[in-house]
Amino acid sequence: HGSPHSTLLEGSFDASSLLLRLYHRFRALDRNKKGYLSRVDLQQIGALAVNPLGERLAGGGGAGWEELLGEVDFPGFVRVLAHFRPVDDDDSGMRDPKQPEPLNSRMNKLRFVFQLYDLDRDGKISRHEMLQVLRLMVGVQVTEEQLESITDRTVQEADEDGDGAVSFLEFTKVRIPFSYFFFIF
Amino acid sequence: MEGAELAGKILSTWLTLVLGLILLPSAFGVSLGISEIYMKILVKTLEWATIRIEKGVPKESGLKSSASVGIIQRDESPMEKGLSGLRGRDFELSDAFYFSKKGLEAIVEDEVTQRFSSEELVSWNLLTRTNMNFQYISVRLTAVWVLGVLVRYCVLLPLRVTLAFIGISLLVIGTTLVGQLPDSSLKNWLSELVHLTCCRICVRALSGTIHYHNKQYRPQKGGICVANHTSPIDVLILTTDGCYAMVGQVHGGLMGIIQRAMVKACPHVWFERSEMKDRHLVTKRLKEHIADKKKLPILIFPEGTCINNTSVMMFKKGSFEIGGTIHPVAIKYNPQFGDAFWNSSKYNMVSYLLRMMTSWAIVCDVWYMPPMTREEGEDAVQFANRVKSAIAVQGGLTELPWDGGLKRAKVKDTFKEEQQKNYSKMLVGNGSL
Repeated sequence: HGSPHSTLLEGSFDASSLLLRLYHRFRALDRNKKGYLSRVDLQQIGALAVNPLGERLAGGGGAGWEELLGEVDFPGFVRVLAHFRPVDDDDSGMRDPKQPEPLNSRMNKLRFVFQLYDLDRDGKISRHEMLQVLRLMVGVQVTEEQLESITDRTVQEADEDGDGAVSFLEFTKVRIPFSYFFFIF
Repeated sequence: MEGAELAGKILSTWLTLVLGLILLPSAFGVSLGISEIYMKILVKTLEWATIRIEKGVPKESGLKSSASVGIIQRDESPMEKGLSGLRGRDFELSDAFYFSKKGLEAIVEDEVTQRFSSEELVSWNLLTRTNMNFQYISVRLTAVWVLGVLVRYCVLLPLRVTLAFIGISLLVIGTTLVGQLPDSSLKNWLSELVHLTCCRICVRALSGTIHYHNKQYRPQKGGICVANHTSPIDVLILTTDGCYAMVGQVHGGLMGIIQRAMVKACPHVWFERSEMKDRHLVTKRLKEHIADKKKLPILIFPEGTCINNTSVMMFKKGSFEIGGTIHPVAIKYNPQFGDAFWNSSKYNMVSYLLRMMTSWAIVCDVWYMPPMTREEGEDAVQFANRVKSAIAVQGGLTELPWDGGLKRAKVKDTFKEEQQKNYSKMLVGNGSL
């Protein structure tokens, strides 16, 4: 395991041991030893399959991991997971602006989730896309009218410039509870 | 000439030793205590190795044991609490964050997929295959490891292969011979004798040390024995202490020969592959079998697939619809001496057996449990879950509601729909907005 991967997880205890375990996990998920994870590999995870957003996270329904990251080989896998590491305390102001933003910055977390909604990757969540994602999340349990009503309200609340869609900037103003933001390795 | 003579002499002494020290005692069910001595030495060596490893690991790593701590600290509260709201709350864009986090947690670590790969050990047991997180500690430890490799591959492996070969041949020959006899109590007695002897030989072929608990509850004739499934060796372990009628598909090759031979001596229930798909046919034949009180108890593994012995997964209801008395049995292997789990996607049967024969030993506990029957008003699924819980508690295994079939197939849509229902209820209450 080369050093570029270790730096992604710097700060968590024993980064190399963690990487090793993630590697074993990657190998366990990669069913036919292809060297990368396909949509089917991820869909086989039971707990993910019952997650309302599971299909999007596994890369279905629109732009998925392959489009966003290319093949999900092991470095790609680690990159995605690194997004959800806790934000370092000294992340805000003191960072050298010439350095690339760390993967787990608030902005990058927001970008990651924004892409779950923005199916065609045009930088905006249109009303139509919102409907589609909501439909994915609730299945057949909610009627079309209820869904449209929820969509309209949500888009209206977030839309500031009145273009009927939620841009990334508008998305960043959404209030997100602290505990949703990360998981702890 | 001299070389050939010498080789011949060695071979014959070898065989005589094997015969005298292992085969004959097996036939009479007597133990000479050699394996006990081996186990004692093994345990002492592993304890020593553990102490050395603990001394050698640097103190600041603070990583007590990677196996007991998960990769992630998880918040296990259900969706309703995690989504910070009461019923009838509105959809928020931030909900996607909650589900992403949960989803990524599942990708990193989920309850089920980890059950299909071998258990991580708390401390290394000097086998390369379990060396996930352990680094070089000292020369002495490495030397012991090398010695271990030599002992396992050059001494134990040939011995075990010889035994296995003898055991299986005896089984096939023995059962075929006994099968020639007319049906009588003599035939049954002989069939049991052949059976038990060969099983004991095969168990020695794996250096197996098995503790049977609660023998008074051993499955009786006309009943059904159910157990948790970890590997094909489970069958061997159970049949060493009693005779069962097996249920399963007819295979080709070596397995097929063994199956055909066994069925001559006593009635097992083998199905053709095509017949397995017809559930009514299967149930009917099994019912017929247990109705005959003189027939041996049926052995069934309701999980349907091998799990890694840390948990018990969903029991398929088919076995519990047949009726009759269920005799649950819990089997727990001690992973310190050898990993018995058969990861069929990773290893085929031959490499699995090879791994078994180059481990230190197979040590396991078998608990026989009091018989259970279906109660009034209980359907097959509830009954299956009741038995499953009992086995999990007895064996010290965790209980999972998931289907072992997840090893190969996707989650059923019904599970996903349940989650969607939960979420939808939160969004829209009971139909009001």
